[in-house]
Formats: sequence, C-alpha cells, structure tokens
Amino acid sequence: MTAPASQPVPSAAKPTAPKWHGQYSFLLWQLVAKDFKVRYRNMSLGVFWSLLNPLVMMGVLWFLFTHIFTNAHNPNFAAFVLCGLVPFNFFSLAWTTGTTSLVENAPLIKRVPVAREIVPLAAVLSIGIHLLIQICLLFVAVFLAGKGVNRYWLWLPYVWGCEVVFVCGLALMCSSLNVYIRDMRYAIESLSVVLFWMVPIFYSFSIVPARYRELYQLNPVAALVLAGRNILLDGIPPPAPLLIKLLASSTLVFVAGFATFRALRRRFYDYL
Amino acid sequence: MNPAVELHGISKYFYRHTGRALLRKHVEGLFRHGRKERFYALKDVSFRVEPGEGVALIGTNGAGKSTLLSVIAGLAEPDAGWVTASGRIGALLQLGAGFHTDLTGVENVWLNAALLGLSHRRTAEVFESIVDFAGIEDFIDEPLRTYSSGMVMRLAFSVAVHMDPDIFIIDEVLAVGDHAFQVKCRAKIQEFKRAGKTLIAVSHAAAGVADVCERAIWLEHGSVVRDGALAEVVAAYEGRPAAP
Repeated sequence: MTAPASQPVPSAAKPTAPKWHGQYSFLLWQLVAKDFKVRYRNMSLGVFWSLLNPLVMMGVLWFLFTHIFTNAHNPNFAAFVLCGLVPFNFFSLAWTTGTTSLVENAPLIKRVPVAREIVPLAAVLSIGIHLLIQICLLFVAVFLAGKGVNRYWLWLPYVWGCEVVFVCGLALMCSSLNVYIRDMRYAIESLSVVLFWMVPIFYSFSIVPARYRELYQLNPVAALVLAGRNILLDGIPPPAPLLIKLLASSTLVFVAGFATFRALRRRFYDYL
Repeated sequence: MNPAVELHGISKYFYRHTGRALLRKHVEGLFRHGRKERFYALKDVSFRVEPGEGVALIGTNGAGKSTLLSVIAGLAEPDAGWVTASGRIGALLQLGAGFHTDLTGVENVWLNAALLGLSHRRTAEVFESIVDFAGIEDFIDEPLRTYSSGMVMRLAFSVAVHMDPDIFIIDEVLAVGDHAFQVKCRAKIQEFKRAGKTLIAVSHAAAGVADVCERAIWLEHGSVVRDGALAEVVAAYEGRPAAP
C-alpha cells in the first residue's frame, strides 16, 4: 500500500467545482407539487382538510367568545378570528414543515447534487398553496360579514408576500440548524403554541396594555394580523410604519436565514 | 484537452459519534475541543480521468468508494484538496433517491427527471421513451407502493439513462432487474461509452464492469492502492492477502 500522506494538500482556489445543471423553476414546481399532493393523498377528505382545520378552530373560538365569555363586543367575530387564524396557520405549519424538510428529504440531499436551498423553500411554498385556499375562505367570511372590496385590498398581496418571505427565511435558518440539532422541531412546536397566544388572533390589539404594545409590534406575525384586519374589516390602509417594519423584518430574516444556511450546509452530507 | 474529472489531494474525514447528540455531549464537546477522534474516509486521493475513459473503482466495503463518488458529484465537500469537472455530471448513486411511494409512476418520473436535471421540455420529449424502456406500462398510473422492488429499480434506471450527461457516475446500481433488463442496461451504457462519454463506476463484483471500463482504481482505507489497466488491477485486487 502506498504511504498515506498525513499532511493533506492545502486547499487551493477551487476552479470549476462540479455543479448541478438542471432547470430550477421546473424542479421547484415539481417539489412543491410533490409536497402538496403527498400531504393529503391517502385521506378520504383530501384537500378539504385545508379548509376544515381553520373552520373547526374558528368554530371553537366563536362559540367560546360569543356564548361563554360574552364580553366580546364584536359583531363580526367569525371574520375577525379568521383574519388572525389564516396567516397564523400558514406561519406555524410552514415553519414546522420547512424546519423538518431537510432531514425528511435526507436521501435526496445525499444523492442528488442540487442546490439544497430548494428543499426548505419548496416545503414552505407548498404550504403556500394551502394559504391560498384558506384566503378564499377568509374572503367568504368577510363578505358574509357584510364587508366589501375596497381599494386597500391592493395591499393584501404585499402583506402576505412579506409573510411568505419571512417564513422562507425562518425555514432556511431552522432547517439547517435542525440537521445538527434535531430538537429544533419540538422547540418550534412549543414556540408556535406560545405565539398563538401572543398574536392577537381572538382578541383585538386595542385590549393589549400600552406597555406591551411595543413588544407586540416587533412580532411580524402580529403585524400581519393587524394589517389584514385594517384592510379587510376596518376598510382603512395599514399604518405606513407598520408596512415598512414588515418589509424590513421579512427581508432581514430572509437574508439571515440564507446566510445561516450557506454557512451550515458544508457538513450537511456528514450529518444527514 | 481538459480532463473530464480531476482530483487533487482530496481528503475527507468524519468525526466519530457524530449525528444526534444530547445537550450533555455538546457541552462536553466544548471542553474537549480538538480532541474529537477523526476518521479518514479519503486520504490524499489524486487522479485524473480523461474524456471518454471508463474507470472502475474497486475495493472492500468501507474503502471510501462511495464517499469518493459523492465528492466527485459535488455532494460532499472535501476537507482538503480540490476537484474539477468539465461537463454535465449525471450521478446515479442510489436508484430512485427522489421517489415517493404515494405518488404514481407518472408523477415520480416527472419529479425524478427534474431532480436529475432534465428540463420541462426535455422530460416531455423523452417521457414515452422512459416508460417504454422501463417496460411497466400497465403500472405507470399506479402509486409506487404497489410496485415490486425490481419495478421501482427499472423505472429509476430508465429515468437516469435518459438524462444524457457527459460524465456518468454510477454506484453499484448496474445489477438491477431481471436478466433481460440487465442486458438492456448494459447495452445502454455501452452505447453511452461509444458516444465518447466518461464513466466512473463502483463495483464490488469487478467482473460486472469489465465490458464498460478499461481502467481500474483500487481503494483501500481511503487511499489509492493501485491505478492502472482493468485486468492488471483486478488481478492484484483478487490476489490480495486476506484482510486481518
């Protein structure tokens, strides 16, 4: 046997390292479609679960706050709750699914030389299809509450777009951490529960004591809910500082998530 | 001419007991930094493969063959050294790596084609040919979990041979399906070789690659033991002293 060199050759500037030469848009679409189809493929109710989940939750909250705690003076309580639930559901489901996506697609990561960022992004976007379905439900509730379309609806794609970018950033960050620390998943499930209470889903922002308001405004999910209610129920544009903060925090989280992913992906192969 | 693949001083190590660890282990690791036991999967491997060459990697289990293929395919990053490749790499390291058992054959073909780097248009063009080559038309609309393992392999191999790479990297997947299908696979790979493409294949059973490779590299404990003409290296490998 030749003598094994104990001093490896120092890494030179890498010339053309092997790359994947496929079509990213086609692959992204195939992965999104896969995640979406697989989710409800073997269920007799299929994709209807996407509508049933928020409906059940809304029903419970509506019953509680109109029949048990009758101090909620809100005639449009159903629409009010859905304005909070729809973005929150997307946020929490996309965050958990995105986080576990790398570990769940380990065979793919280890065997196919494709840019790994695409896996958590596809996971989030496939939950985005559920967001679209639930948004339709939200619109129905808004119309039933007697509210119509107003020109501020033009802000809705911006607000929900910010949310998708925000969750993509979180998914990139947490999925790469989850490769090394597999507890991430449970930590995030617990955090989601905390957030459910810390986001004004079934109560209005106005009952939050003044000293906590600053804290609430730092939470992008809360900001999303507030902006959505302003547009859909109050018929007013969301305050400009809120819209700016939303864009800034989403971009920041996305950049941070991307950087974390880049820094950690070097050893994915060894840990998956 | 540029080499198809060139490796220069490639080393790759793993830490023992990596993977999932309790918090206690993480904390202990902080205090014992730098004392983790390293295990070299590849140690200072250098060679170049010219375009059109067929190279067989041989060696015992754990010799580093699969890790080496992963490094060439750009899946695992080496800890030292560099690797270059000129041309499209088609890595067939595990058949059906992207397959999902709940999706139908058709859906899996599309997904796998996208993963292997085919464009949307190209997939549409070769779709018929993929299904034809696999020879499982009757089952193509059924979910994959109803397939026998041989059928899954046939479908996966069929998608893979349609990606038409310049450099084909194969990890012990030549022995798929029944005899008739194996003959078909071999014919496809020979056709591929004749078209002047490069082939790097792993094989335990050295005879299995004799007709498509003319050169062999024998790896042991992550290092190249011998690199030369297939017959000569295989003879040396088979006549090796029994492992202790």
